[in-house]
Formats: sequence, C-alpha cells, structure tokens
Amino acid sequence: MAEFKQPSVLPGFGLTFGFTTFFLSAVVLIPLAALVLMAASMTWHDFIKVVLSPRALGSYRLSFGASFLAASINLVFGFIIAWTLVRYEFPGRKAIDALIDMPFALPTAVSGIALTTVFAENGWLGQYLQIFGIKVAYTWIGVTVALTLIGMPFAVRSVQPALLEVQRDLEEAAETLGASRFYVFRRIILPTVLPALLTGFTLAFARAVGEYGSVIFIAGNLPMKTEITPLLIVIRLEEFDYKGAAALGFVMLVISFVFLLMINLLQAWGRRRLTAGAR
Amino acid sequence: MAAIPGNAPEDLSSRPGGDTIVSHLVRWAFITVSLLFLAALLFAPLATVFAMAFEKGWRAYMAAFLDPDTAAAIRLTLLTAAVVVPVNTLFGLSASWAIAKFEFRGKSFFITLIDLPLAVSPVISGLIYVLLFGLRGWFGVWLQDHDISIIFALPGIILATMFVTFPYVARELVPLMQQLGNDEEEAALTLGAGGWITFFRVTLPKVRWGLVYGVILCNARAMGEFGAVSVVSGHIRGLTNTMPLHIEILYNEYNFVGAFAVASLLTLLAVVTLVVKTLVERTGYRRR
Repeated sequence: MAEFKQPSVLPGFGLTFGFTTFFLSAVVLIPLAALVLMAASMTWHDFIKVVLSPRALGSYRLSFGASFLAASINLVFGFIIAWTLVRYEFPGRKAIDALIDMPFALPTAVSGIALTTVFAENGWLGQYLQIFGIKVAYTWIGVTVALTLIGMPFAVRSVQPALLEVQRDLEEAAETLGASRFYVFRRIILPTVLPALLTGFTLAFARAVGEYGSVIFIAGNLPMKTEITPLLIVIRLEEFDYKGAAALGFVMLVISFVFLLMINLLQAWGRRRLTAGAR
Repeated sequence: MAAIPGNAPEDLSSRPGGDTIVSHLVRWAFITVSLLFLAALLFAPLATVFAMAFEKGWRAYMAAFLDPDTAAAIRLTLLTAAVVVPVNTLFGLSASWAIAKFEFRGKSFFITLIDLPLAVSPVISGLIYVLLFGLRGWFGVWLQDHDISIIFALPGIILATMFVTFPYVARELVPLMQQLGNDEEEAALTLGAGGWITFFRVTLPKVRWGLVYGVILCNARAMGEFGAVSVVSGHIRGLTNTMPLHIEILYNEYNFVGAFAVASLLTLLAVVTLVVKTLVERTGYRRR
C-alpha cells in the first residue's frame, strides 16, 4: 500500500495538515457528532414519536413543499435571467449581473423584514395582490416567495457558465439547415445546460430546506400551517427539549447529506458532458 | 435566400442567427420577464429597506443609532467579526496549503468535510453547540460548576458564527492554489528561501485576490448571520444581541424605523461586499 502522503519538496505539510485537522474537528466534526450522539441516545420509539409527530410532519410538508416550489420557480426564471444576461446586451446589464448575488450577501433577517413589508396587505406589492384575493404575507405563499429569493442566485449562477459553453456555430448551422428556434432549443441548448439546470435546482432546493432567517418573518409561524422545520427545532430548544430538537436536527442533517451527494453526482455528470462535448 | 456571398448584399433579416421580428420579440420578452421578476423579488425589498428607514425623516433615522441597545448590537457584531474572520482566514490559508500543495489519500473526502457547514441549516449550526455546552447539554453541568458560560454569551455567538463561515476562505484558495501550481514555490526553495519566506513572498502575493474575495464573503456572512446566532444567543438586549438579532427585536416591537435603520447598515455592507467582489473579478480573478 502506498504512503498516506506522496513525497514533495515543499515544507509545512505536518503543520498545516495538523492545524487544519485539529480546527476542523474542534469546530465542525465534534459538534456535529454531538448532535448524532444525542439523537442516538434516544430509544427508537421516542425518536419515531418525535420525528413522525403530526406537528413535525406538517412542518416537513411546508418546508419541502415550499422549497420544491421555490426551486422549480427558480429553475424557470433562473434560466430566463441567465439567458438574458449571457445573450442580450441592454443598458444596466452589468449592474444587474452583479446584483444577482445580493441574496448571498444580504443578511437573511434584512430580506425577511423587507419582503414581509413589500408583500403585507398594505405593502407596495401586497396591496395589488390583495385585489385579486391573493394573500402572500403570513401564508405558505409568503414562505415560497422568501425561499425563491434566497435560492435565485444558485439557479442563475449555475446556468450562466453552462450557457456560455453552448456552441453558437452549432445553433447557426442547425438554423441554416432549417431547424426552428424551438427545435434548436430542445436539441442543442437544453442538452448542454441540463446538468447545470438540475445542479442549480438542487442547490436552491437544499438551501431553501434549511433556511430560517428570511422565512420566519413572513411565515406567520402557525403550527401545522405555516411552521417550517427549522423553526420547530428552535421551539423544541426553547422548551429545553434537547432530545426532541436533536432528533429533528438529525433528520435535517441526513437530508442535507442526501442533497450534498446529489449535487456532487450532478456536477460530475456535468463535467463529463462538457469534456465529452469538447472532444 | 438566393444571396451569394461576395456577390449580392446579404439580407441580414433572413440570415440564420440574425435579427428577425420574432427574435426581437423573444429578446424583448426575456429582458422584460427577467427585470419584472428581479424587481418584485429583489429591487422592491431593497428599496423598502431605505424607504422604511427614512419614513420619519433623517432625524429619526439618526436617532435610531443613539439607542444604547442598538449601539451595543453594532459593537457586538463588529467584535464577533473581528474574532471570527481572522481565525477563519488563518484556517483557510492552512487548509489550502495542505490540500493544494500536497497529494494525500482521502483528499476529496477531506474537502467535503470542510465544506460541510455550507450544507447544514443555520439552525443546526447553532443547535450543535447548545447540545454540547447548553445547560442540559453534554458539558452543561460541568460548565455551570466552573462558572463558565458559553451558550447565551459571547463565546457561543463566536463559535456559531465561526461554524457557518468556516469554509469561505478555504473554498476560494484551494482551487486557486491548485490551478496556479507549485513551480514558483519550488524555484524559491531551490534558491535557498525558507518555508515561511516562500509562503509570504511567493504564495501569498500569487493568491492575494482569491484571499480578498474569500475574506469579504466570510465577513459579510459573519456580520449578517441570523439563524445560528439566534439559537445560541439567548436574545439578551444590549448584551448578546448582534445586529441581525436586534433587527428582529425592534421589528417585533413595531419600531420599524429602528429595525430598518439597522437593516440599512447591513444592506450597505452587502452593497460594499458586492462592489469589492466585482472589483476583484475585474482583476481577472474568476470564481470556480
């Protein structure tokens, strides 16, 4: 069997690898292990009772339903925005391109109170939606709006580089041969950007499921109706029910790992496609 | 379609990839839909922050910052970032040197472990420290006996913030160092420079823009983190409330001018972060 580390003339492996491992263990791995241990210290019966309680099931339904809907909205609009930014030139394009990252940089509490104000019954947009009988703030629609905002950069930023890879000469050749715009889209553009679209969808979905700050202001937070899973964890903690919080946290942790795995597989698929296309 | 190149003038409107009425319409529709979507979801909330902050005038806006609890929240946020950002920068430099300069087994798994905090819900990031150090946590009783408070105090806030911002610097530096290679470092060592000299005089200047990029993103997240800090802070006014937590308290008390005044500061921080990010990208640095 080969050595753990391949020989190198550069110094400092022991120091940097040691420090990195120590710090990683202290800040990330040991605390995460504490969560798993706390959940594992429960009996199977108690664990199931917590994670499959009606209130928990209601929170999963909202968290996953709204996150899926938000990621789907981002799949469509993320593509449209990425296409607009890559293919068209218009005044203010560069500024808008830079602003796409705003939800990354903006603290979630700020986007939470700002969205709630805009979509409240007397808000800038809420008052017009009110006319059509659409209530956004303090309903599941509001949760979806907040999750759409925080997932948007993931969708746009995943698709943008993939759109740049689409070979324009291939599109033009297809059109010369009589292909319609829609046919070109379906047979040339979509296959090229599909892995990126799915990666963006999964990233936005994964981020939305765990989101807390921007949602709790606009959600209304009624049990069974507008209560997301992260909020239920916080409520269990405030009741000093550490085990209940740990059990729900463990479920969310497992789901995060599943998402992480999916994202890695999708990105590997995208890279294989790109290198295959270049040959 | 009978245009022969170099013979008759080309009819651009019927040329594939050229402008037609349909392509004009599609282009117009894409730009309009994009702008409307962003206007409703992003621009309106951003404008609202400032509209609400200045609703009762400039004086009321400035008065919001005279509130001692608000001032305390700003100080706590600055203090937290002042501890967390340098520590995570040091970690990022160390991790990127170990990962990018050497080949060892299990490297990609190691990178996944470092990225783990990005995949975890902010609430979980706070929860894990409560389970360790909270009153009913693993070390709760011991800590209480020795009169050490971590949860509902500054150390907990710093730990939770450190967790959520943990991978930011490393994520920028690792791919950048891998891409730039080891040739210069090896040359410096051959010419007799020591390890530290090589790092400070060769490696650091090479990766400086990636470092700036990672540090500003780390700082923005550290100052703006809400969920993780909310779980560990205990929301003690004037004592353990960071700026985002103070926004929540003011907002729930219907002190909208106060809440949005603090929010406007964090929004400006986000704008500055994006400007620095754009400037760094203009130097040719590309995010991978």
